[in-house]
Amino acid sequence: MNFDRIQEKLNILADAAKYDVSCASSGSNRTNTNKGLGDASKMGICHSYTEDGRCVSLLKILLTNHCIFDCAYCVTRKSNDVKRAAFKIQEVVDLTINFYRRNYIEGLFLSSGIFKNADYTMERLIAVAKKLREEENFNGYIHLKSIPDTSDELMYEAGLYADRLSVNIEVPTISGLKLLAPDKKHEDFTKPMLKVKNELLRFKNERKIIKSTPKYAPAGQSTQMIVGATGETDKDIMYSATYYYKKYHMKRVYYSGYVPVAEDSRLPSIGSQVPMLRENRLYQTDWLLRFYGFAVNEILDKEHPNLDIDVDPKLSWALRNMHHFPVDVNTADKRMLARIPGLGMRSVEKIVNARRFRKLNWDHLKKIGVALNRAKYFMVCDSRNWERRDLDAEKIKGMILQTSSGKFRSQYSNQLALFN
Amino acid sequence: MENTKTLIYDGSFNGFLTAVFIAFEEKINVSDIQRNSHGQNGLFSETETIFTDVHKAKRVWNGIRNKSHNAISNVYFAFLSETDGIELMLFTYIQKLMASKNGKQLDYSDGIVLRISQLARSVGREKHRMEAFVRFQLTKDEIYFANIEPDFDVLPLISKHFRNRYADQQWLIYDVKRKYGIHYNLEHVELVSLNLKEVHFNKVHKSDAFLSEEYDYQTLWNDYFKSTNIKSRINRKLHTQHVPKRYWKYLSEKKETA
Repeated sequence: MNFDRIQEKLNILADAAKYDVSCASSGSNRTNTNKGLGDASKMGICHSYTEDGRCVSLLKILLTNHCIFDCAYCVTRKSNDVKRAAFKIQEVVDLTINFYRRNYIEGLFLSSGIFKNADYTMERLIAVAKKLREEENFNGYIHLKSIPDTSDELMYEAGLYADRLSVNIEVPTISGLKLLAPDKKHEDFTKPMLKVKNELLRFKNERKIIKSTPKYAPAGQSTQMIVGATGETDKDIMYSATYYYKKYHMKRVYYSGYVPVAEDSRLPSIGSQVPMLRENRLYQTDWLLRFYGFAVNEILDKEHPNLDIDVDPKLSWALRNMHHFPVDVNTADKRMLARIPGLGMRSVEKIVNARRFRKLNWDHLKKIGVALNRAKYFMVCDSRNWERRDLDAEKIKGMILQTSSGKFRSQYSNQLALFN
Repeated sequence: MENTKTLIYDGSFNGFLTAVFIAFEEKINVSDIQRNSHGQNGLFSETETIFTDVHKAKRVWNGIRNKSHNAISNVYFAFLSETDGIELMLFTYIQKLMASKNGKQLDYSDGIVLRISQLARSVGREKHRMEAFVRFQLTKDEIYFANIEPDFDVLPLISKHFRNRYADQQWLIYDVKRKYGIHYNLEHVELVSLNLKEVHFNKVHKSDAFLSEEYDYQTLWNDYFKSTNIKSRINRKLHTQHVPKRYWKYLSEKKETA
């Protein structure tokens, strides 16, 4: 191993890959059966966290940062003056295995700039995965980034070795894409996605008849959108996410607050703040849609095209729908419990369990771990005093904001909430 | 106050379960259950020393498990928390469980039930963290070696995870605080108790127990950790929340800061 050269390449190619926020190593079912190395089970493991607080679960690198495309939002774009490098296939394999053996990582996340054309690049990504599986007997997690416009045959092959596949659609609106990535077409993203979706369905059906059907991308597919680069609304983003969840059976959609990496009149300037709070609100909404039984048009519509910044989306929904409240925790069904601000799914489960034994009051709820500072205005329980009295939505919001201390508290002013 | 006793057991989980068995069988009014090293006998209660009996322990284990899968893992995890007075709390918990008609449902509005499930969760959290934060270093005799120093006694809980994962390499995880380790010899995992002369923190200075290649990979990992950080999103508070400082000295990516 030429250590110095590898070290230099790793620095360049890890740095270039860091803007892809997808990091999950969960949802696969590749178990170690033949005394090989590694085990990709349902639960993902974050082995470390960067100083920006994001999880490190996979060795996330580019195979190369040479690229023939010139997408405005991308560090690796051809017009950017950065050091270029490319890994050899064996080098990526060695790094992955050695990092895995030391328990640094759950596996590999391999993406790439595009050298020549999509298929030529994709073949190399697949070669790494194939080598890991077949020569190293590696059962850890492999996430391959599909290159836009990759052919169906290669997408099929990729799924045989990878746990998860993803194509980043990057820009949530078609018009934004035209503006920022003139070399790419919308279909370049959707075609490989469709192939993966169809293969997943086919695998599911064949598996019913032939148990030994080889696994196809057992952890499914995901995609990523950049937020705040093209002036799209939260509604644009979440409707588009919903579309990808439904139409392409996405396991996850990731939202990545745009980090300015280029001086370009089409984009927010270098030094402008990364919209982290907005990103956080989008993830909260995504959660409400996937786990809490909300429909996207309940949260975002024509009149409300953007999420509130000062309160979380569930609270915001509740304040706009006061006629559903107060909910009686001792009788309400799960669906309605899950809609009470301050109640997570874990608390909902505990409440449903505990109320079989006795009627619950504020003390019980507090012990169970309900965030009462929000929840108390929206529920009644086995206690006389009901906090809501004759408060209206505005007053409740004001009182909650006064008593809460969220992590983004410093980013907005309490005053605004009271008087706007 | 007939038959009020403090039960003394050997500190093992099976020993504790045996004590529970005997308490139930002999209808003892248990005033406390203590490990023999503790020696804090109550002034006025009689003591009885329990001899661990795997058969009796197993009957208690099965009894709880038949009531609720959730409860048996709560009992085991909470026991490993080594919290003061955990034995008596668990005993009360098991009594409640056995008395309840519908053992499957746990009553989280009950103080003891909630406390046990919280303790079990803390232990579960640390189990998960240890699965994440173990950093193996390859020794010259080809054993992947790691030191850990968890708050709770989680080695018994993580052994299966590492056995599944690293089936083709020899490894040893050593608990510095409790002075024992688990060793996988390519066949099975065994407990080893050894007194290491030197604790291998991830110090910058090199130890001759390891190959120089080992330090190359540590450097690469350290570099990777740095270059994957996005400076414009820095959030140290979140970082330390996820990676508590007490673990840093064993993390190779934290070598310089620890």
